[in-house]
Amino acid sequence: MSVRYLSCGDTAFTVEFGNEISPEINGRVMALHAAIGRAAGAGELPGVIETVPTIRSLMVSYDPLATSRARLQPAIDALIARGLPTGIASRRVAIPCCYDDPEFAPDLADVAKRTKKTTEQVIAAHLASPFKVYVLGFMPGLAYVAGLDPSLYLPRRAQPRVRVPRSSVAIAMDMTTIYPFESPGGWHLIGRTPLWMFDQRREQPVFLAPGDSLSFQRVDRKTFDRIARQVEAGSFDWATLIRPAERGR
Amino acid sequence: MSAALKVVRPGLFDTLQDLGRFGFMALGMPTAGAMDRVALRLANALCGNPPGTAGIEIGVMGPDLVVEADSARIALVGPLSPALIEAPEAAPKPLESDRTHLLKRGQLLRIGMVEGSSTAYLAVAGGFALPPFMGSLSTYARAGVGGLDGRKLAQGDVLPLTRERAPDGEDKKLGQPFDYGSGPIRIVWGPQEDHFSAEGRRTFISSDYRVSKEADRMGIRFEGPTIEHAVSVEKGGADIISDGIGPGAIQVPGAGLPIVLLADRQTVGGYPKIATVASADLPRLGRLLPGQTVRFTPVSVEEAETLRRDQEARIARAIADFKAARPPGGIDLVRLYEENLIDGVVY
Repeated sequence: MSVRYLSCGDTAFTVEFGNEISPEINGRVMALHAAIGRAAGAGELPGVIETVPTIRSLMVSYDPLATSRARLQPAIDALIARGLPTGIASRRVAIPCCYDDPEFAPDLADVAKRTKKTTEQVIAAHLASPFKVYVLGFMPGLAYVAGLDPSLYLPRRAQPRVRVPRSSVAIAMDMTTIYPFESPGGWHLIGRTPLWMFDQRREQPVFLAPGDSLSFQRVDRKTFDRIARQVEAGSFDWATLIRPAERGR
Repeated sequence: MSAALKVVRPGLFDTLQDLGRFGFMALGMPTAGAMDRVALRLANALCGNPPGTAGIEIGVMGPDLVVEADSARIALVGPLSPALIEAPEAAPKPLESDRTHLLKRGQLLRIGMVEGSSTAYLAVAGGFALPPFMGSLSTYARAGVGGLDGRKLAQGDVLPLTRERAPDGEDKKLGQPFDYGSGPIRIVWGPQEDHFSAEGRRTFISSDYRVSKEADRMGIRFEGPTIEHAVSVEKGGADIISDGIGPGAIQVPGAGLPIVLLADRQTVGGYPKIATVASADLPRLGRLLPGQTVRFTPVSVEEAETLRRDQEARIARAIADFKAARPPGGIDLVRLYEENLIDGVVY
């Protein structure tokens, strides 16, 4: 599979693996993201500042005072030619989600009606979806998470909300997401997590990362409140959300 | 009492900025950082600070600051007409910009308006004693992080300083104003120039574009002739699968007008980007005001890299050419000697 190099001025370029949304293409993006990170960490790619993975491409940001496009592009070609690993270890995370409170899930009944399901069936399909974090962006910590059960595909709401509460769990198209901040939004709100997807008090303020395998774990309102208090107090143990890594996609 | 600068009257949009927050774009974290990196670098160099030290980015109008330290050496860089009020009731004394000033406890610095640019900078010798967030002090107000409580400066804010008194040494000034260059803004085609028709690309590089009122740290929306997409907007010509957004990326949504994305730009986006501003010209973008007009002209990646290296060399020369600055009302001995020598007068 050949790649295209797209110029982003003199401080970045994009390595494009394809023009479609597919796990195979994204797997290669994540593999190059990891390979460049490793090579740069070992001092092999001086001048590379960071890489930004998206669904089908990787932006490589560099310092033109320390390197050049002419030097970097062949180095990246060589990394790709050496062979990108196909089955990168993927972190498995389980996100607690409360679907039961109407305040948390104002669109659940509407989603059920439009997908011709009961609300319990909507929840079950969301819980069973094999989600994967494709890209973070638009807001710090906002993850585009694909893998939604196809029976739940819906376009965005015709009328976006002006204010979506922080930590709302929402679906639209083939994706789910969790709002890291209170913000405007046009997705369907079907639950809420007690977690904060962006917490600047933590050493790693953003919990999710591109490549994560993700599932939701249903919690009742009492459990939600207990976790929410811990998150608020900064005493929540985030490591409990991570399951042992699995190989492959 | 710990040393500080206190905001007794806020300006319009003053934030702490350094050269940016790098390494976290993959988590959706914008880089932020100074809109005019050159001016911040010069302000820091005048103060003897490392280049990445955070200063106050002054947007449109600056704050009034009171010195709550034995002394503090500050540098102001940019088109400002600041004034110093040395004691309560005293008349304001005009100060020069593009140089350092030694301020004493209780003095009030009135920074005032930025004229003919959207930004100017204040640096202080030793920098501000604030904790970095994700490795940087740059304020990113949309997420409420960095700088002072992640927001613009407000009345009553106390900006703690690392030094109780200014370092010894003379005040310094720029030898001459930094030359940002003139003429068209240099751009590199791409990443998605192929999403525009040949006519659309021609329009983009042969028309005047005016800075609209929608211009801030995130980007500048321009007004002017519309740029034609290769595929009609109805058929998805203004949509791409989201990809990374570099500094100075010029996205063209369905309406056909260019938006240059700057320091606080989002990390990824789904509009096609016709071109990217050469990094050497980003400080010029960071200075533009609504109503000003620019043109864009293409250069190659290699030319853009060379422009940036040349600019770095000019920054280094400007720093090497700093002159001793006369204290307000005092005598510039160095200049006196130099002129006397030129005139051939000897004591």
